[in-house]
Amino acid sequence: MALERFFRRNRPKRGDDDNSPAGLWMKCDDCSAQIYRKDLVANFYVCPECDHHYRMPAEARIDLLADDGSFQQWSGEIGPEDPLEFVDVEPYPERMARVQQKYSRPDAIMTGAAELDAEPVALVVMDFFFLGGSMGSVVGEEIARTAERAAEGGRSLIAVTASGGARMQEGALSLMQMAKTTVALETLAAKRLPFISVLADPTTGGVTASFATLGDLILAEPRALIGFAGPRVIQQTIKQDLPEGFQRSEFLLRKGMLDDVVARRELKPRLATYIRLLRSRLPEPSPEAVRAAAV
Amino acid sequence: MPLPFEKPIEDLEVKIRDMRSYAAEQNLDLSKEIQLLERRLDTLKAEIFSNLTRWQRVQVARAPGRPTGLDYLQTMFGDFQELHGDRTLGDDPAVVTGLASLEGHNLVVIAQQKGRDTKENIYRNFGMSHPSGYRKAMRMFDLADKFRLPVVTLIDTPGAYPGIAAEEQGQAWVIAESIQRMSQLEVPAVTVIVGEGGSGGALAIGIANRVIILENAIYSVISPESCAAILWRDASEAPKAAESLRLTARDLIELEVVDRIVEEPVGGAHKDPEEAMRRVGEALTEEIDSLTYLTPSKLLEQRRNRFRKLGQVRSI
Repeated sequence: MALERFFRRNRPKRGDDDNSPAGLWMKCDDCSAQIYRKDLVANFYVCPECDHHYRMPAEARIDLLADDGSFQQWSGEIGPEDPLEFVDVEPYPERMARVQQKYSRPDAIMTGAAELDAEPVALVVMDFFFLGGSMGSVVGEEIARTAERAAEGGRSLIAVTASGGARMQEGALSLMQMAKTTVALETLAAKRLPFISVLADPTTGGVTASFATLGDLILAEPRALIGFAGPRVIQQTIKQDLPEGFQRSEFLLRKGMLDDVVARRELKPRLATYIRLLRSRLPEPSPEAVRAAAV
Repeated sequence: MPLPFEKPIEDLEVKIRDMRSYAAEQNLDLSKEIQLLERRLDTLKAEIFSNLTRWQRVQVARAPGRPTGLDYLQTMFGDFQELHGDRTLGDDPAVVTGLASLEGHNLVVIAQQKGRDTKENIYRNFGMSHPSGYRKAMRMFDLADKFRLPVVTLIDTPGAYPGIAAEEQGQAWVIAESIQRMSQLEVPAVTVIVGEGGSGGALAIGIANRVIILENAIYSVISPESCAAILWRDASEAPKAAESLRLTARDLIELEVVDRIVEEPVGGAHKDPEEAMRRVGEALTEEIDSLTYLTPSKLLEQRRNRFRKLGQVRSI
């Protein structure tokens, strides 16, 4: 029974793909209530009946977080190559061309500058609908550039992650993006600029195992699947049922891996508060004071 | 047990052995014939091993008898002193850490350890570490910085362990932290991929100034089997996935993921572990020598730039 529930929640969610053809009405994946699709979208993809948080397009995520008219896109100036000439059941460039056209962006990410409750921030938003939000060279490079540009411009960094992990089609170069994004975060740390990571459903693999869990603060959306290995891989490895709620936000909060689980409607004010609390602080000690303390 | 494509080599070796014992038994001088066969054996080995497919190299990288982390620590390095425990959760046998020396350098060493037989494999969890293993590695990074000792890491793992406890203890979190901590080392760091470089679980201890790989070792974002299961929906397509993933030493040097290849003795490191380890020791010594005189800030900068620039994108 527990397992059944688990799988029900794991199954791809029909209503959450903004580009999928859907009727005016849909049945909530979680509470089965009939909901008016427009209400769901207006409610930032949260079921008005049961509070179920759907996966959400990157643009809607930016609307949720950026003050009106403040978003200035940085991403989109670079696109993917095919360094491995990767072919599975179809060549990687063909797969990419199709997905790029469908979602009108070069890769699985949007970044840019914005004001968040008047606080200057840089936003990284991953797009799970675009090849599972997988991180290849472009996604890694966009994240690294955004961190560096935020550091230069004195902005806090907010990253909303949704990704299956590193992108297989770019092989070891995808793996290296874990290192690249991590080292780029140093530029923010050097300026004591906050990096807040928001883990959305789902965040797994190489994204969880790199920049996403290196936030000064780590938040998650309710009931998001978050982990290193996916539940299916774990089940195949250990050949046992997984405990109820395993790898969900609330479970990870109890295990001490998150700062908090925050509902989508509360996310923006919460982020603004954190940034304000982290950014007005003691002055840097003067070099004289440091020397004096050392004596 | 020879690997499938090693069968002709094995057959010829048996033949030479038989001929030797026959000669000894019968008191015959067959040295000319034996010499001829041995020369043929060398050519055959060279031929087979210079034309391995990527999937065959995966099999060599995983071959039983290939020198493991501990073999290097106990044979190639001197003064090896194992140090245990992560001071938080326990002591992960899949990662062996300690102090050692190599050609006049005192070092901190971290090695992922698969088993050399079934019993050890079970004890070592097949080289798949839990969060505790990465915590132990991070403790060693601290030790290295504090005492200004260069770090050598030896990578050989199918990947970080995907299990319940591992997830509960934050497998992803510790891998990220370990990547970050290693990138901040103020001492020289050299990584050698000696066998299997399995994804994030390998990268966690692979943020070095120089990354060396053995000729038949592999380094990949995902195992060919898992990749095939996802993209081909059939794990038995692993040979195809291995081709697509470009996970061999030669592929990786082209992608600039690794800096140097150590050639293995003909027939693979598992055929002549001593010689393989000697070559690794030589390469390691050269690399450590060349990094020793860099300042901490230069080492940091070089290491960060090395990883910052990896990847291929095009401007739009």
